[in-house]
Amino acid sequence: MKIHEYQAKELFRKYKIAVPEGRVITDPAQAKAAAAKLDSLPLVVKAQIHAGGRGKGGGVKLCATPAEVEEAARRIIGMTLVTRQTGNQGRVVKKALIEKGLEISRELYLAMLVDRKNAGIMIMASSAGGINIEETAAKTPEKIISININPLAGIQAYQCRQAAFGLNLAGPVFKQFSTMLPRLYRLFVECDCSLLEINPLVISKDGRLSALDAKLDIDSNSLFRHPDLASFYDENEVDPLEAKAASYKLNYINLGGTIGNMVNGAGLAMATMDIIKQAGAEPANFLDVGGGASTEMVENGFKIILADKNVKGILINIFGGILRCDVLAEGVVQAAGKIGVKVPLVVRMAGTNAEKGRRILAESGLNLITATDLGDAARKIATI
Amino acid sequence: MSIFINQDTKVLVQGITGNEGRFHTRQCLSYRTKVVAGVTPGKGGRKMDEVPIYNTVSKAVAATGANCSLIFVPPPFAADAILEAADCGLDLIVAITEGIPVMDMLRVKNLLTGSKSRLIGPNCPGIISPGQSKVGIMPASIHLPGAIGVISRSGTLTYEVVDQLSKQGIGQSTCLGIGGDPVVGTNFIECLAAFADDPATSGIVMVGEIGGTAEEEAARFIRDNLSKPVVGFIAGLTAPPGRRMGHAGAIVSGGSGTAAGKIEVMRECGIQVCENLGEFGVFCSRIFGGNL
Repeated sequence: MKIHEYQAKELFRKYKIAVPEGRVITDPAQAKAAAAKLDSLPLVVKAQIHAGGRGKGGGVKLCATPAEVEEAARRIIGMTLVTRQTGNQGRVVKKALIEKGLEISRELYLAMLVDRKNAGIMIMASSAGGINIEETAAKTPEKIISININPLAGIQAYQCRQAAFGLNLAGPVFKQFSTMLPRLYRLFVECDCSLLEINPLVISKDGRLSALDAKLDIDSNSLFRHPDLASFYDENEVDPLEAKAASYKLNYINLGGTIGNMVNGAGLAMATMDIIKQAGAEPANFLDVGGGASTEMVENGFKIILADKNVKGILINIFGGILRCDVLAEGVVQAAGKIGVKVPLVVRMAGTNAEKGRRILAESGLNLITATDLGDAARKIATI
Repeated sequence: MSIFINQDTKVLVQGITGNEGRFHTRQCLSYRTKVVAGVTPGKGGRKMDEVPIYNTVSKAVAATGANCSLIFVPPPFAADAILEAADCGLDLIVAITEGIPVMDMLRVKNLLTGSKSRLIGPNCPGIISPGQSKVGIMPASIHLPGAIGVISRSGTLTYEVVDQLSKQGIGQSTCLGIGGDPVVGTNFIECLAAFADDPATSGIVMVGEIGGTAEEEAARFIRDNLSKPVVGFIAGLTAPPGRRMGHAGAIVSGGSGTAAGKIEVMRECGIQVCENLGEFGVFCSRIFGGNL
């Protein structure tokens, strides 16, 4: 789960990690009071959306006067911000963070992430802040310091020194950094983060270290033990159909194509999207109704798929295992009858009781196209 | 022969009294898997059908000699269940549970290093050696005893692949899902090494998906260590970057973990990659033809 910068910074404050003082506003009318409270110039107004590249998209404004703050807030809140991460449709800004501006002497990069390969937590740091880290990692890996932490041992003092010396820190800043890094690690572990990124981590002209930006992803699987973090969920940042699907406990991702599809199991769902593409069409979505889908799940799946107006045809691909195909066929017939599916529907079933399932579909009187196997399904999809 | 399990494997089920645990225990029993015990804290002394239930894994092992655990415990308690099984020195632990926090799995994975227990999963369909034993939730009917080993990160996609193999008359020595989570107990390479040493396995099918670098590492291992033919498949050619595709581990991040990238490396390493799932069975029958 992604969270906003201002929410991440709330957590940073809780763990005593220095961040610029700021106020969140949801209405431009609040800008004046927020600026007065901060009582400092310059101030920075930052759009709060779950995507990077906000500065380049015009979502961040450095303001020299309170009047400029008000103007920037008016412009930013309500704007549709398009960045390299939002896609062309962009994202409507609902909130802005107003922060004290800092006089910056150096910008650093710092991140923590789960290292799948080594089953550890990796710290990545670079003395080149404000950069595209993936590019730097690929082109000049020597510029990136990476340190592996064994989660059983936790972060060690020597690892902090290793990072600090690697970043060419000295004096009071070295000390600040060595105090900050274990706190960040504790936050990462205690809040079940999957990614923590500070870009940039800055050293101000008066020698103070602070997190100018903050990006945190929380492991969705851990939310059962973090009710406080679960409340950071912002439905505005999620595609409306995806939010609705999530409320049905369905795994749905909108892909923008025209062939909707419903599959049981994530791996098979991905492979089905690929088959649609290979048949010369574009998949409209990823939709996993789960390894043991029920009639109700199928009905909800239909609702989600059909709510997408781009959908011109649907492929249902079910591998019956524990879930028997005849039960599922009845679900499809029931749901299709109830909802009134007006686009062509190709159904492919395999596994337990597939024959029986196909017979139910054939005798339903619904306008269904049945496919015997995946190859057949692909050919039939291509004709839609 | 087979890998990791056989007809003598004695299974205990952790979480045997839950809906899933009960249902799949019965399915395993009807495949003649030796399910010797169940564990549900607080329900010791009772029975699930004919299977005796114990409060702790250690009591279950002492009473029955179980050497393998099948876990259906819900996510908040699953890491604890895995560690309990490992503490009792079971040879194999198969964790079906989906949704375990990755931080829990980081701890478990490191604690299991050097232990004699092998963990398969979590978030996996389990393992089956057709005709011998089934320790998992896969539908038994699609399998056929034979000589091809199947390894996968997925559930139903594995069933699809196995079904197509069986329909071509290509039987399987052992099929297992290693799990769709970012951190899993047993990786592709460990399975490949076991299949390489298994005289009953003459060819291998490896089914991967987007995210991470496990397939690339496996491909290099195959190039350097394996003489048996390997057919590969990767799901997610059309997956957009930055989105988690159902499985917690299935995400293309920062340009790495793409299906195209994986397929390229696999081909460079001499693996026959089938890109069209609809033709997978036919493709395999062409590649494995002489090795069956």
